[in-house]
Amino acid sequence: MAFFLETLIGGLMAGMLYSLVALGFVLIYKASGVFNFAQGALVLFAALAMARFSEWLPGWTGIDSPILANIGAFVLAGLVMFAVAWIIERLVLRHLVNQEGATLLMVTLGIAYLLEGIGQGFFGNDIYKIDVGMPKEPVMVLENMFEGGILINKEDFIAALIAALLVGALTLFFQKTATGRALRAVADDHQAAQSIGIPLNRIWVIIWLVAGLVALVAGIIWGSKLGVQFSLATVALRALPVVILGGLTSVPGAIVGGLIIGVGEKLSEVYLGPYVGGGIEIWFAYMLALVFLLFRPQGLFGEKIIDRV
Amino acid sequence: MIYRENGQFKTSYAADQQIFPIAQDRWAVLAIVAFAFVGIPFLVDEYLFRAILIPFLILALAALGVNLLVGYCGQITLGAGAFMAVGAYAAYNFLIRIDGMPMLAAILLGGFVAAVVGIVFGIPSLRVRGLYLAMATLAAQFFWDWAFLRISWFTNNAPSGSVSVSNLELLGWSIDAPIEKYLFCLGLLALFALLAKNMTRSAMGRQWMAIRDMDVAAEVIGIRPMFAKLSAFAVSSFYLGVAGALWGFVHLGSWEPAAFSIDRSFQLLFMVIIGGMGSIMGSFFGAAFIVVLPIFLNQFLPWLGGLVGLHISTAGVSHAEFMIFGALIVFFLIVEPHGIARLWSTGKEKLRLWPFPH
Amino acid sequence: MREIGDVILDLRGISLSFGGVKALTDISFDVREHEVRAIIGPNGAGKSSMLNVINGVYRPQQGEVILRGDHFKRMDPYRAAKAGIARTFQSLALFKGMSVIDNIMTGRNLKMKANLFQQAVWWGMAAREELAHRAKVEEIIDFLEIQHIRKTPVGRLPYGLQKRVDLGRALAMEPQILLLDEPMAGMNVEEKQDMSRFILDVNDQFGTTIVLIEHDMGVVMDLSDRVVVLDYGRKIGDGSPDEVRTNPEVIKAYLGASH
Repeated sequence: MAFFLETLIGGLMAGMLYSLVALGFVLIYKASGVFNFAQGALVLFAALAMARFSEWLPGWTGIDSPILANIGAFVLAGLVMFAVAWIIERLVLRHLVNQEGATLLMVTLGIAYLLEGIGQGFFGNDIYKIDVGMPKEPVMVLENMFEGGILINKEDFIAALIAALLVGALTLFFQKTATGRALRAVADDHQAAQSIGIPLNRIWVIIWLVAGLVALVAGIIWGSKLGVQFSLATVALRALPVVILGGLTSVPGAIVGGLIIGVGEKLSEVYLGPYVGGGIEIWFAYMLALVFLLFRPQGLFGEKIIDRV
Repeated sequence: MIYRENGQFKTSYAADQQIFPIAQDRWAVLAIVAFAFVGIPFLVDEYLFRAILIPFLILALAALGVNLLVGYCGQITLGAGAFMAVGAYAAYNFLIRIDGMPMLAAILLGGFVAAVVGIVFGIPSLRVRGLYLAMATLAAQFFWDWAFLRISWFTNNAPSGSVSVSNLELLGWSIDAPIEKYLFCLGLLALFALLAKNMTRSAMGRQWMAIRDMDVAAEVIGIRPMFAKLSAFAVSSFYLGVAGALWGFVHLGSWEPAAFSIDRSFQLLFMVIIGGMGSIMGSFFGAAFIVVLPIFLNQFLPWLGGLVGLHISTAGVSHAEFMIFGALIVFFLIVEPHGIARLWSTGKEKLRLWPFPH
Repeated sequence: MREIGDVILDLRGISLSFGGVKALTDISFDVREHEVRAIIGPNGAGKSSMLNVINGVYRPQQGEVILRGDHFKRMDPYRAAKAGIARTFQSLALFKGMSVIDNIMTGRNLKMKANLFQQAVWWGMAAREELAHRAKVEEIIDFLEIQHIRKTPVGRLPYGLQKRVDLGRALAMEPQILLLDEPMAGMNVEEKQDMSRFILDVNDQFGTTIVLIEHDMGVVMDLSDRVVVLDYGRKIGDGSPDEVRTNPEVIKAYLGASH
């Protein structure tokens, strides 16, 4: 039982990270109908910026304190993500209004390649460290309930906490601020939003910036766990089934979907993996999402798709 | 005034239905094909065969397959590499498990197995489209990546996970030297390109394009989406499977699943986008472009860097490659969704009128 | 000359709703062979939905479609096409990446029997079929007077010509029943006259039964033999143009609606 719970919690923690990446997908899809395959590249790009700036800053400014260097790097990386969002809107998105979903998807594949090339060309292509001082040691909890207790990684716990906070903040942002309401209006109907004077272009920059910042947070958490390297870009591929499961247009869907996939992956790997040779995590999530798709194409929380002739 | 159709009047619908209705086009294409078969073998050295021509021929065949599905039928795929893998491993198993199995038969059977697998993974396309379908094809990619890595039956229990094929033979002709491999691939490509062209200009092709352009209207005139989509998946996967088998048998000789990874899938999709969606010719342009560009950059960028006193590393070249591919994808999708093929035909259109402006 | 025959298509008690929103409520009417039957009504009356029920794009929750005595609870587009029902669309629904010829050729699809392998090698039956059907398609092109644009991709054509190609694609099926969804919407007077002429010619020469949705009352009253009037998904009138014109409920619906 304790082992099962441990696996379960490990899955939930991993799932939280998927949720973060999935959140980036959902934000952009809601506001612009673009299925952003470049979300993983954004994570890589942001993490690279963060890692390298925190490394370079002490040299540039003479600041020794790692905390200040990290804060400075975070701000700089945020600015870089803003620039990326702005450039993408300027050069790409505004030329593709009203295009088909499949075309937009392929465009974001192009953007992903561009970001990966530029990111690595500019920031380097080694493995870099992000150290924001997250505690690494594991802790035991519930020792009085189970024999030996349950082992939890403190780092995972904090990461999950940050992710939860971020989701809360985004929900507030969408519900309570004027920009958030404008975003929701745009998501519902581009033309109607435009006709009541919501500037589409600015909204798109904002949404890509928000997605970029979410990517930055995801990149920091992931990067401080496993180091910043090219494989970060592939997290988008792991988070894809999450959005399918949760529904492309639903923020809560991204969270719940992330948790389900995280847990599903871990449980299947532990309990099913040994029989089939292991390594089934990736495709298991896809198959799960696929089977689900056949019965409920709009996902758990997505809006129903109705075709009209 | 050279490239003109003046005076070429068509007196029958058959003449109008030819693949190249303009006589100059017909002769030019015949000349190119003849040159590819007869001229190139005398002019080209071994390196060029191995590094450029053979990969180009095989990838062009694969790109044709992707184009039939994506460009003609409008069904997106991000898992083309997986179907190449299925073709390669199926052909391998036919070859080693059945005594006296001829090589060509094994390759074609590999294509058929890929077609069947393609149908299975195409089934979601009946319920979903666009993004969701992309997901289903990714599922295929990851599943087969895993299967060929972990299920040792597929690799005939090869301890290293890598399989190899040697002593290729076709009706007593041993395909060994690069030039023979080249001719073998060229022959298959020419044949399959012709078949693809015929399919796309007849009822089947029109059904695919109808589904792509307006699926509801297609249904109303009696096209069954299931049949049209699954046949596109089947034919496309067959082409990919044959290309995969050739890639393994002829180009690599021995290979691992990584040869058909998701990067390969993206590469094939890029070929079709850059070359021209919905164009047979475009598949060739795209394949040529993507095979040649990295080699060109490898030579050219360090030289260019040297001019301005910069040292450009191998990593730098590969980053430049990423950027150029990315930028081109974005560029073509925004400016010219029909790719190089459309640029080409626009150029021809201009030539037809030259030297008059209108 | 045509002569109006027996009932060929009978709709009984059709009700259709989308997630609680009622589009059609208990609608019954019939269509006789060789006649021109119009469906009119204000915007949102459910006219297009009615056509979509007839050829199986929408599936009604209640009622049945009776086609030449065969009862269909649920029609599907493929069966409808096989049974000789063709249609055109209100918003353009051509295959915009294909040429005019290919669009109309696609309408011959059900009549082509060659299999994929024969088509791939372009041999025997496949090649013969392409030729034979091409000749048939050229007849339609002549009939619709669009010879000059036969090789043009339809996406580049002006609206009025696209509507004609849409009709051509439907005619290529050699339908017995032709459903026309606002064939003249957005056309100028001259284009409307051309289109009216084509519709009458089709009805006259080939004896095709026509079910027509149209907003232009003048056109409807001139073309049709009988008219069905819908309002808010209900049938409020049915009869000859004259009967319908004097029906008080119809007048009320039209005066009440903001036109």
